[in-house]
Formats: sequence, structure tokens, C-alpha cells
Amino acid sequence: MKARLRRVGLPYLLLIPALALELLIHLVPMLVGIAMSFKQLTQFFIRNWSGAPWAGLGNYRTAVDFHAAVGQALLNSFLVTCSFTLLVVGLSWLLGTAAAILMQDAFRGRGVLRTLFLVPYALPVYAAVITWSFMFQHDTGLVNHVLHDQLHLTSGKPFWLIGGNSFYALVTVAVWRSWPFAFLCLTAGLQNIPRDLYEAASLDGAGVWQQIRRITLPSLRPVNQVLVLVLFLWTFNDFNTPYVLFGRSAPEAADLISIHIYQASFVTWNFGSGSAMSVLLLLFLLVVTAAYLFVTSRRRGAHA
Amino acid sequence: MQTSRVIAASVMAAVLTAGAAACGGGTSTNKTAPKTLTYWASNQGANIEVDKATLTPELTKFEQQTGIKVKLEVVPWSDLLNRILAAATSGQGPDVLNIGNTWSASLQATGALLPFDAATFAKIGGKERFVPSALASAGAAGKDPAAVPLYSLAYALYYNKAQFQAAGITAPPATWDELVADGKKLTTGGHFGLAMEGASISENIHQAFVFGKQHGADFFDAAGKPQFDSPQAVAAIQQYVDFMAKDKIAAPGDAEYSANQSVTDFATGKASMLLWQAAASNLKAHGMAADAYGVAPIPFQTASASGPTAVNSMVAGINLAVFKNTGNLDGALKFVKFMTSTGEQKILNIAYGSLPSVTDAQSDPAFSTPDLKTLSQVLATSAAPLPQVANESQFETLVGTAMKGLLADAAAGRPVTTATVKAALTKAQQQMPTS
Repeated sequence: MKARLRRVGLPYLLLIPALALELLIHLVPMLVGIAMSFKQLTQFFIRNWSGAPWAGLGNYRTAVDFHAAVGQALLNSFLVTCSFTLLVVGLSWLLGTAAAILMQDAFRGRGVLRTLFLVPYALPVYAAVITWSFMFQHDTGLVNHVLHDQLHLTSGKPFWLIGGNSFYALVTVAVWRSWPFAFLCLTAGLQNIPRDLYEAASLDGAGVWQQIRRITLPSLRPVNQVLVLVLFLWTFNDFNTPYVLFGRSAPEAADLISIHIYQASFVTWNFGSGSAMSVLLLLFLLVVTAAYLFVTSRRRGAHA
Repeated sequence: MQTSRVIAASVMAAVLTAGAAACGGGTSTNKTAPKTLTYWASNQGANIEVDKATLTPELTKFEQQTGIKVKLEVVPWSDLLNRILAAATSGQGPDVLNIGNTWSASLQATGALLPFDAATFAKIGGKERFVPSALASAGAAGKDPAAVPLYSLAYALYYNKAQFQAAGITAPPATWDELVADGKKLTTGGHFGLAMEGASISENIHQAFVFGKQHGADFFDAAGKPQFDSPQAVAAIQQYVDFMAKDKIAAPGDAEYSANQSVTDFATGKASMLLWQAAASNLKAHGMAADAYGVAPIPFQTASASGPTAVNSMVAGINLAVFKNTGNLDGALKFVKFMTSTGEQKILNIAYGSLPSVTDAQSDPAFSTPDLKTLSQVLATSAAPLPQVANESQFETLVGTAMKGLLADAAAGRPVTTATVKAALTKAQQQMPTS
């Protein structure tokens, strides 16, 4: 009996260190964050935050009261983030797919091009984004120089880092940064498609578009399923790009949710309210992820 | 199987996003032996290396006098407040630190800083050594100060002498009407009368404060409640934004400046006037000779302003605070006494182009350059401290951001009216914490 218990217990015993670390590193901070969201944690209590008064659902009520300024700003930021994410994931995926398919067949200089494509992904975020912020400057930036001085496309020099255009500046930089990842994943995915499928298809008279539609894309489905999800989560939570591009207060048109939450907690010193917004964000991403996986998995079941 | 995979992936997603929920905290230790101190200095010189070179010989002097070794860390402004907040939250921080004086009341409210009561002041040589206006910006009124003033600064109007002469202007403007009139004379082609730092939250708020005072607007009432959108406050902010929106004496491009580009524009002659605090060392770094520019007090609304609206600068400056959790209180106070001693005040303020915060050091001839004489006169007669209330730093962020947005509108040619200014300020006020 004892020996059996020992035999059954051993694997669990071996799992304990990993489990303890997992709890410590992931779950405990998460639970602390959730606990903070129910507290009125302002600067008066950060020194001894367990002594902060309980706010109940107060922080959440403020966050979702869309008639008041705080809720309205959060809603605006949420909508901005949604359109930003849709555009960035869509464009990154499209660019990545196009480039991966074009690079599929061997040609001279393919290695060089592939390396070049991966540069934005390999560059340190800060260095890359600060360069973009120089390029987007109103008076001396490269973008305005090309658009206005060289090509005469705009009547006056537009602003890119403040006002409404900041949204497009942000999308541009984010796509530039994330499409190489899509390219990398899809290039790997393409290696697994047997060449004879294409040969058979061309014997049957299928053109390039038909081959892409009937062979390439369906074969890439499992890669795409993960890729789109990961891109979605990264883009939705992107903090570095807007922070380096716009500093600590982003223009309203480019007020991504992660920057907004940072402002709501760090800059205005209301950590309870910031945590409540983070928890709402977490719930939203969980729901979207679950729904996405549910839908995509079921569809695959139907196909098979 | 299907469900379990969805659950597993959801847990993954939760883990990926957990970072956002669990922000906060920070690491830094103060396992100080009695013979060492950790000191966080703010970035006062042209860069961090300059600060290290300036401070290290003084710290060595302190070690020779007391046997206490000071570990110096110069923290950039962009990180300083976050670092202090993290230190306050975790209780793990430096022994002595620099704070921007406008944060004093906000940080005082956290209880992380040692209050300077009568007994503490006695240990550092007495309260009366300090310049009163500088000491008034070291904490909320009626409370023991949370810090002592270290370096003092004030705003002044810097103007390009040669360009003034070329435009036929004989004296620097003393009222805003004169400034606008002069600005219009100086604005020709690609050249502008005034340089503004439109995307800088802190510059915006310092201007808002001065214009507010001159219009009789207080951003907090006596009970500390925010009142950002009073008619006076709206008029004040609108007057400042109108330099770009209506008077057009500032370049639209200034609306995106936040890295001291306006100082560069002034130094390189692209703009003729600049409202700045102690710009001398900065202008020198950009190659502008000291006799090429004049320094005058910031204009008022009327020529002979008096009473509570006769304010033309904030009391700007850096304070020195002691972290309450220090393991070496005695050594920390010795260090504060050393840094605020007359001798050190002279050395450090000369190096940084700022003014001493102790009365005895101010008589040194090094502080009677035209530039510093103007600043010290402003500081003595017409400067007021920013509101010393616990929610001050929230006010800075919200109103500063609102002004950044208004200037962006002005730059893009969208109308800036009393109504749009009021709407922006009302929105800022509504975002203030209710407590």
C-alpha cells in the first residue's frame, strides 16, 4: 500500500517545484492585481496598501460608467484599440502571407531579402520606434519631406505625432514591427506543404491563384490559427510602440488601452482604478480568445 | 478534449495578459550599513555623466568629513517619479533623494518621506537658513515640510537682442499685449516671435499656473477640490493657446515639441522669445553667446500689476528628501546638512546655473549675473508655489494633457474657442479622483 502510494505520489512530488514557481510567478501577481482592483488604492495608501479601504465594485462602476468622463475615455480608448488591432493584425497578416508566398520558390538573393525582412523584428523596440518618431516629425521629419517637399501630395505639412493622424502613424509603425513575425511563421508553415500537391494541381490545370486558394491557404490553416491569435494578443496589449512614439500622454486618436491604463494608474496615482481596468481587459481578452478557439476548432472539425 | 483545449488556451491568454493586471512593484535595496548612504539625484546637468562628474567630488568631500560613503545614482526625469512610487510601495528605496518641488505635497501624502519637524530641522542647522518661498514649496501648508529646498529656479523671458534691434523694439515687453505686438513684428516668413514647448506636459502646466494666477484662477479651492474650468482658468489657458491659435506668433510645429526643441529654436535664432526657467547653461550648450540674449521678467496682464495677480513665475526647483525607511537616519540628516551648507550650495548652484535655496549663499557674486539677478528678483518678489495639495501630480497630467490637445488643434488650424477650451478643462476635471 505504502509502496503504491509512493509510486503514485512521485510524479506529483516532482511537479511541486514547477507548480510552486508557476503559482509564484503567474498566479500570485494576477490575484494581487485582482485584489487591488477592489481597493481604493491611491497615493495615500501605497505605502501600506493592505490598509487601503475596500472600494467594492466602485472602481469597476467608474470604469464602465460611459456617461462620465473616466468611462467615456476608457470606452474611446477601447474602440481605438479595437480598430488599431483589426488594422494591424489584418495588414501584418496580409503582408506576411504575400511575402512568404513570394519567397517560396528559390531565386537569387532570396536569403538576403529574407534577412532584410526580419530586420524590424530583430531591432530593439526603443531604437526602432524612436527612429520612426524622428521620421514623423512635423518640420524636419523624413515622412513630410517625402510627402510634401518631394511628391507634393499634401497641400501643407501634416502633423503625425499629435492630432488625428497619430492613429495612422501608430498603425504604420506597429505593422512595420509585427509583419516580419507573420512572415517568419508562414515561411516555416510553407515548408511543410508537399511539393507534389502543387505539381498535381498544375497538371489538373489550376492557376497560381487557385493553387494559393485551394492548397496553400488551407494547408496553412493551423499556423494561421495560432498566428492570428498571437498577433491579436500582442497588438491589443502593445505598450512599447505608443509609449516611445508619443510619450506619457498619447493623443486621443491613438490612446491605446495599455497606455490608457498606465495613465489611469501610474500617472494619476490611482492604482485601484488601473487594476480594475486591467481586469476588465483581461476578461475581454479571455472571452475573445475562448470564442476564437471555439469557432476555429469547430470549423476545422466540420472540414475534416 | 475540445473544451479542455479551449480552457488551456484561455489560461495561456490569461497568463499573457496577466502582466497588465499585475503592474507595480519594483526592486531596489537599502541594505545599508551605518557607514553608507544611497542617494538618488535628479538629472540637473546636460546629461547624466555631467551630473556624476559634478556630484562625485562633493560626495568624496562628505566621505572625508564624516566617514560615510554615498552611493550615487542619477535618475532621469522620465523615470524618477515612477521609481519613487515603486520605492514608496515596496518600502525599499534610497536613503536620500531629490524630488521635483511640485511633487512635494503628493509625495508627502504617501507618508514615505521623513517630515522635517522642529527637532529634525535643528539637526540640519535650522529652518530659518532657507529662502522662505523655496521652503513653501516643500509640502502642504500647515504640515511639517516633506523635504528641504536644494536648488531654486524661476521663469524668465529670454529674448534675442539682435532680432529685437532689427525689428526696432527697444525694450523687452512688460505686458502680454506688448509681447503679442512685438511677436507680430518679429514673425516673418519662417521666423517666429515666440517659441513654445507645446507637447511638454510640465511646461504647459507651469504656463497654465502663471496665466491662471494672473487671471485670478486657482486650480484648487481652499478645501483642495479641483476647479479647472472656472471662467478665469478658461481665459488663462485660452490666452496662452492663442499665441499659436489667434496671434500666430508661435510656429505650429511647436505643438509637438517636448524634448526642449523650443530652446534649440531660440538658441539658433528661429524664434526671438522664449519663456523658460534658468536657460543659460542650456543656451550655452547650443552655442548661443551670453551677450546675444537678454533676460527679463515674464510679462504681466497690466503694466503695474500688484496684489495676488502679480505673479509671473512658479517657484521652480528641486527638493532634497529623506526616505522614512532609511536604515541610517543620522547619516542621512548629516548628508542633508552637508548638501544645504553655504559652501556646497554655492558650488552646486554655480555648476547647475540655478539659485541657492539658503539665504547665506545667495550673496556670492557668482549669482549676480544679469540672468540670475533677474531670476532671483522674480523669485523674491513675484513667484508663487504651485498648489501644494495631494492631487497636484494628477492636476499636472490632466490639465497639461488637455493643453497639449488644444495646442494640437491650434496647430492643425482647427478653431480654439472659449467653448472648446472649457470643454477640454471640464473633461480634465471630471477625470480627477473623487476622494
